[in-house]
Amino acid sequence: MSRFLPFLADPVFAGFLSASMRLAIPILLAALGGLFSERSGVLNIGLEGAMLIGAFVGFVAAFASGNLVVGVLAAILAGVVFDLILGFYAITLGANQVVVGIAMNLLAAGFTAYFYRLIFGAGTQSPRIDAFSQLDLGQLADIPLVGPLLFRQDPLAYIALALIALAWFVTAKSRFGLNVRAVGEHPQAAETLGVNVILIRYAALSISGALAGLGGAYLSLSATGVFIDNMTAGRGYIALAILILGRRHPIGVLLAALLFGAADALQLRAQLLPIGVPLQFLLMLPYVLTIVVLAGFVGRGGAPAALGVPFRPGRSGDA
Amino acid sequence: MSATEPTRAARWALSPALAGGALAVLAAFLVGAALIAAAGVNPLTAYAALFESALGSRNGIAETLLRTVPLALCGLGVALAFRSGVFNVGAEGQLFLGGTAAAAVGVAGAGWPSVLLLPAMAMAAMLAGALWSGVAAVLKLRFRADELITTIMLNYVAIHFVSYLLHGPLKDPNAALAQTTRLTNEARLPVLLAGTRLHAGILMAIVAAALAHLFLWKRTNGFRLRVVGLNPRAAENAGMNVRAMIVFGFLICGALSGLAGFAEVSGVQRRMIENLSPGFGYTAIMVALLGATSPLGVLAAAFLFAALQIGATTMESAAGVPSTLTTIIQGLVVLFLIGRSAAPMLRDKIAARRVT
Repeated sequence: MSRFLPFLADPVFAGFLSASMRLAIPILLAALGGLFSERSGVLNIGLEGAMLIGAFVGFVAAFASGNLVVGVLAAILAGVVFDLILGFYAITLGANQVVVGIAMNLLAAGFTAYFYRLIFGAGTQSPRIDAFSQLDLGQLADIPLVGPLLFRQDPLAYIALALIALAWFVTAKSRFGLNVRAVGEHPQAAETLGVNVILIRYAALSISGALAGLGGAYLSLSATGVFIDNMTAGRGYIALAILILGRRHPIGVLLAALLFGAADALQLRAQLLPIGVPLQFLLMLPYVLTIVVLAGFVGRGGAPAALGVPFRPGRSGDA
Repeated sequence: MSATEPTRAARWALSPALAGGALAVLAAFLVGAALIAAAGVNPLTAYAALFESALGSRNGIAETLLRTVPLALCGLGVALAFRSGVFNVGAEGQLFLGGTAAAAVGVAGAGWPSVLLLPAMAMAAMLAGALWSGVAAVLKLRFRADELITTIMLNYVAIHFVSYLLHGPLKDPNAALAQTTRLTNEARLPVLLAGTRLHAGILMAIVAAALAHLFLWKRTNGFRLRVVGLNPRAAENAGMNVRAMIVFGFLICGALSGLAGFAEVSGVQRRMIENLSPGFGYTAIMVALLGATSPLGVLAAAFLFAALQIGATTMESAAGVPSTLTTIIQGLVVLFLIGRSAAPMLRDKIAARRVT
């Protein structure tokens, strides 16, 4: 062990660890959101759009109010509204959840780009806000391994980590969580037992939108302090792969998100090293990893039986 | 729905879709008007500027038709893939690789006559697009990886890979920018309308739509493709080769999107550049859905969205309304369309679709 200690205490390695966590947070939050909607049987392709809307609305609200907390709350609200619209199509109208998700994501891209230009103009100087900064936890940050991973983060990251625990508790221990799972596995049976399938799915989708919106806010309010068109860059889709890799379980999702964060941190650091790999191949890494994960782990994850299947109330017999 | 419907009925079956599409477009334009008003501009002034610019002059129509080419070709590819039950969102990456392959052949074959060079470029583009799409097909059929996510991820990989090629092996040694050498005249699609940029690619798009229409409604394999998309289990029971039709859905989408890349490189940009497409491959999904995945409908939808995109640039400079309004309208059109009634093919897909 002592042989590895100097390595663990190395500042470069510590920086890599804390960056891994930082880069994992937004996809972790989106994936946690996806966990709720997918467990309830709604395939949420809209995570990407909800994140983008969250990043945008959070930025605008924080910019206008000068208050980051207002920005975060606005981002959460925007995510919920986005997913409620998606829910209207996916749950109430019973439309194809993939098509609705893709259309909503494009709508989010158009909406954010349009209103960004309306609000801030098309000038070259992009507005900036003072983003969340790392909390000073003193000595804790110097603990090898755990310190950089856990104690060199900003407030949103701690909220995200707390939400994992909360998500685990809600899905595994609460009555609501039980209903969500029942509705996702066998909505007809759940309805027979008096569970309001539609309501549970809307609730799960709202949670999904809130968490994805928060994940988006992390991008604009924590990581950068700016909003850029399409700044989610596919993270909402990567979150779907993380759900599969993490077996739709909060802890699994955390570990899977950390793996992606590490891959992202690795490519960012490798860009600075003279290793002879072209930049573009490093930039591909998270996307290639997503494909590998999908190819390697699909079919073993045990998706909810009713995932992607619309539910029509009061037709328990003919399913 | 009768499985052996007569072709005449099939042709007219388009009309309810047409009515639904028109209503959805109208509703989307109404919401768009509200958004223009939010920008402090009179919607009528803005829309007038938009349509005047896109359709009000010879050059405007030529520009709109020029923009129709990539949207129609990618849209046809996505639509045929949808028909086979495949959600191929990868047209964007396939277009980039097709354009790159076309440019590479165009540069390498400098000096060849057009009759040889242009087909060679087109073939290379279609092959590159189809191969890239084929990766997603293998991932789906061999590894059960959902094509929706893999094709989106492959888009990012393709665009980074093309960027690498343009910064490295394919870079014009005399240029500061990441781009290929300018194509020779022999490698350029001929201009159709003198004084405009409209090139022969629009004929390719029209021919492709006509062939796709004939294939879907007159050919046994087209019928098989539709049955596989509507109900893979029934197709399997009827002895059809479901996997072959799915593979075909992937490959044709890749080939047509690659061809769109060829048209953009050879007919518009005259070289491969990093920003070849402002999201043609994604707009193509909206085009395919608005066109109710029917080839002729796709052609009409591509023309409409092309007019919207061309006109929006003028609307931005003349009336100060951000041109990104078009993306919102395109998304809204599709949402309203699904809201009115999900297309039967897609509705049936829901039952069959299990993402694991």
